[in-house]
Amino acid sequence: MVATAVWRPDIKELARVEGRERPVESGHRLCAGCGAGIIIRQIAMAARKPLVWVNATGCVEVATTIFPYTSWNVPWAHNAFENAAAVGSGVEAARKKLARSNRFSDDPDVELDYDVIVLGGDGGTYDIGLQSISGAFERRHKILYVLYDNEAYMNTGIQRSGGTPFGARTTTTPVGKVIKGKPLFKKPIMDIMVAHGIPYAATVSPAYWNDALVKFRRGFEADGPAFIHAFSTCPLGWGSAPEDTVKIMKLAVETCVFPLYEVVDGEYRLTGPSVSIAKNPDRKKPVEEYLKLQGRFRHMFKPENKWMIDKFQEWVDKQWEVLLKRAGY
Amino acid sequence: MSTPMVGWKDLPMAAIPFLSAREYPTGEWAVFQPKIDESKCVRCGLCWMYCPDSVYRWDGEGVPVPDLDHCKGCGICATECPTKAIEMVRV
Repeated sequence: MVATAVWRPDIKELARVEGRERPVESGHRLCAGCGAGIIIRQIAMAARKPLVWVNATGCVEVATTIFPYTSWNVPWAHNAFENAAAVGSGVEAARKKLARSNRFSDDPDVELDYDVIVLGGDGGTYDIGLQSISGAFERRHKILYVLYDNEAYMNTGIQRSGGTPFGARTTTTPVGKVIKGKPLFKKPIMDIMVAHGIPYAATVSPAYWNDALVKFRRGFEADGPAFIHAFSTCPLGWGSAPEDTVKIMKLAVETCVFPLYEVVDGEYRLTGPSVSIAKNPDRKKPVEEYLKLQGRFRHMFKPENKWMIDKFQEWVDKQWEVLLKRAGY
Repeated sequence: MSTPMVGWKDLPMAAIPFLSAREYPTGEWAVFQPKIDESKCVRCGLCWMYCPDSVYRWDGEGVPVPDLDHCKGCGICATECPTKAIEMVRV
């Protein structure tokens, strides 16, 4: 169940609040043009209560807390890949216990009314951390799990993960005579999470910031575990120009490679530009526009590899059809 | 030979990093940094919204001001500016 009153983010008010509080400080060492930097800022903007931030190992974790510097002005905990959601559920359970025991009820320094946010990359969510997320969701802990998906293990040197798309070049799926990038497709992580019967799940592209902020807020407001799949461009691993980060995020939605939707109590609903594409299929762009901005797909544009683009397009079309059917179009 | 073991009660509570990242000037990485043409700026705030490094300072009214000590020069703001008021200039 999600609160019915929809929060309308006002960019001017958000800017004033960030000017005062700055939960995420500049000076972190994410690459220039990193999409995750935008995502962590937007999560902090959408917060309605004080946050406790639990971070799985990943680019954000290593880049924001390089000794002796930290970018965080919110309580923040570092975890291994596999236990981020478990730590998040522990924080949430401890808060419930403390609130019930009234031990700190007359202590003005102790705030027990907070939201728990768990942030993981695609390695920590698709592959290594899947069991702890599954456990936390099964136990119905009230946490918001945000997956920032840059589609490979970027921090350790661009190894393929369960989130790497078909045909992408990584250091463990190189392009050669026999193997041409990753031969397999992305794991359907949203379907896996929705199958847990959680009250709220959504996909987010930070380029559509209004849509993204509303979804993060609804994730915080959800009555139980919430899962948000955020799309994060990685200029280093994808071989894209740093200034094209937001452009690629937009194109991913416009080509339906990464459609925007939310699942409230099992009910699918398209949001943002995906609605207009569903109503008006001419607006759907061919995947080439998305692929050509990224060096990791460069081999697909050779004439002998044309079949790869066709296969990619076919997969995107199929996923989109399934989603349209679920959303009732 | 052996040093006495430190008990868990004697260890610090948590968190080792203690300096704010603000003190680390990532602006040194930049080759190009933004310069805003104030006459073209329509105060939409998209540069502020899309900056991965929270470099822009914006009060919601005037022209956003980039903090060049931390700007890594990615150029997202210049690409996304609807009126092309931002130009990336070599530092």
